[in-house]
Amino acid sequence: MRNAFAEELTRLAAEDPRVILLSGDIGNKLFDRFKAVDEKRFYNCGVAEANMMGVAAGLALSGLRPFVYSITPFITTRCFEQIRVDACYHHAPVVIVGTGSGLSYAELGPTHHSLEDMAILRTLPGMRVLAPCDSTELRLALRAVLQCDGPTYIRIGKKGEPAIHANPPAFIIGEVIVVRPGNDVALLVAGNMMAETLKAAELLAVQGISAEVISVHTVKPLDDSYLQAAALRFRLIVTIEEHGVIGGLGSAVAEWRARTNVVVPQLLFGTRDEFMHEVGSQSYARAKYGLTADNIAGRVLATVGRA
Amino acid sequence: MVETAALEFVGREMRARIVETSSRAGIPHLGSCLSCVDILVALYFSVMRIDPQQPRAAGRDRFILSKGHGAPALFQVLAKRGFYPESRLESYGEDGGVFAEHPPTPDHLEGIEAATGSLGHGLPIGLGMALAARIQNRDYNVYAVLSDGECNEGSVWESAMLAAAQNAGNLCVLIDFNKWQATGRTLEVMSLDPLADKWRAFGWNAVEIDGHDMNAILDALNKFPAKNGKPTAIVAHTVKGKGVSFMEDDNNWHYRIPTTEEVVKAKQELGVQA
Repeated sequence: MRNAFAEELTRLAAEDPRVILLSGDIGNKLFDRFKAVDEKRFYNCGVAEANMMGVAAGLALSGLRPFVYSITPFITTRCFEQIRVDACYHHAPVVIVGTGSGLSYAELGPTHHSLEDMAILRTLPGMRVLAPCDSTELRLALRAVLQCDGPTYIRIGKKGEPAIHANPPAFIIGEVIVVRPGNDVALLVAGNMMAETLKAAELLAVQGISAEVISVHTVKPLDDSYLQAAALRFRLIVTIEEHGVIGGLGSAVAEWRARTNVVVPQLLFGTRDEFMHEVGSQSYARAKYGLTADNIAGRVLATVGRA
Repeated sequence: MVETAALEFVGREMRARIVETSSRAGIPHLGSCLSCVDILVALYFSVMRIDPQQPRAAGRDRFILSKGHGAPALFQVLAKRGFYPESRLESYGEDGGVFAEHPPTPDHLEGIEAATGSLGHGLPIGLGMALAARIQNRDYNVYAVLSDGECNEGSVWESAMLAAAQNAGNLCVLIDFNKWQATGRTLEVMSLDPLADKWRAFGWNAVEIDGHDMNAILDALNKFPAKNGKPTAIVAHTVKGKGVSFMEDDNNWHYRIPTTEEVVKAKQELGVQA
């Protein structure tokens, strides 16, 4: 996804002179082509994220469209107050792109995990929270966000994520994309858990359960009208994300259920309230937290079976 | 160029209004407001290329009060300069208004470039605006007033390093070095000295001036932007509570609100019937 980010942003920079890229000293050579478009619109702001976010706000308040890029924890939790005050309070069109989100950098340890980013950024007034499920959605999101006022956060993976969409789908911020239609249960996915969830849907199909798989690429604002219809159509709503179960998509949907008094059961898949102290790959970490097709299908089956 | 004496008179007038408003509306940070008045007056009435009738003009010079708690001073200066009628300040401190302790966002008050109040934010935003001038081929300058206590914040020094690396020569920082922060002497709480040398070490031009000597302020500001392309830091030695004898260098006035009698006394000292 990060290569798609660099490519698409380079294309957008060539089309739109307002596009600026700020990097927190990462992406060696990744942005060479962006620099070739216009060197004075690329800034390596060093390992200094608080300042970088303020600089981005200053650029945005001057009519430019800064994209701020770094590893997710450093561009979210590290400089949260700058995001809150400089970007959100000013309603400045700053686009924050966190790379290596969730457990993408599992092997680097909890300093590099980001399992709270959607939780904290969702609380900020006016902040959009996007979690595209593949490179195609990311490219469409980058293009769409240029048409928006105010701040946006986009959480992306690293590289080599499977392509989900063979062709570019219609992409509207705040409207879900149905990746696989179904009738019995709704599997709502934020971000890079899409491929695993599609496998879970296959497993459920074998058991006679028809699962609709949905890319909730916009976690905030939520697609209320889809949820409203889904609550009537499905026996169970399931939320799946490489993020803590506190504060992410699962929480957002639970809040929506409470707010609207909709009576539909929900299963939440995400990481637990703990740091992962042992070393492990992304697939190891996913297995540890039950973020696998087998576990998702098994728990859904057990729940629907009980209903 | 307005005469120095006229600027000094405006400074006294502003001080009187700040003290009076603090008393009437119960607004603190009086000492911090009084220490930066002369800097604000020099910028708004002599140095900056601004037109209050066109507060969003693309080529305007930008001012950011990074020490946002000095807003009671800025609000008076903006009104006096004509960004909005002085009568608007009568609503100071009222519920539902915009005038309180810190600057609101630019969308909510003419003349404000950035909402500050959390320290260490204004300089990075100002640097972004300074870089935007280069990207958009505009020749405006950006001025940011910081407090000495604010220089405790790491983001100030992050910003200082990037500004120098980017040769942001159109960026000017003025430090209101009044020697006090909220609960102690700035030289004791953190190791702030030698402050001007710190800015030099970070790649800036730095000068030290008497921040209440109008000629010295104007002289320093007139040497900016510097020919060497570096950003400029003006370390302005000031006195907290300047202009009112019983407030000067008394840190109780970081939070104290003056009584009606104290306002009368302050105005007498300032020689202003504002």
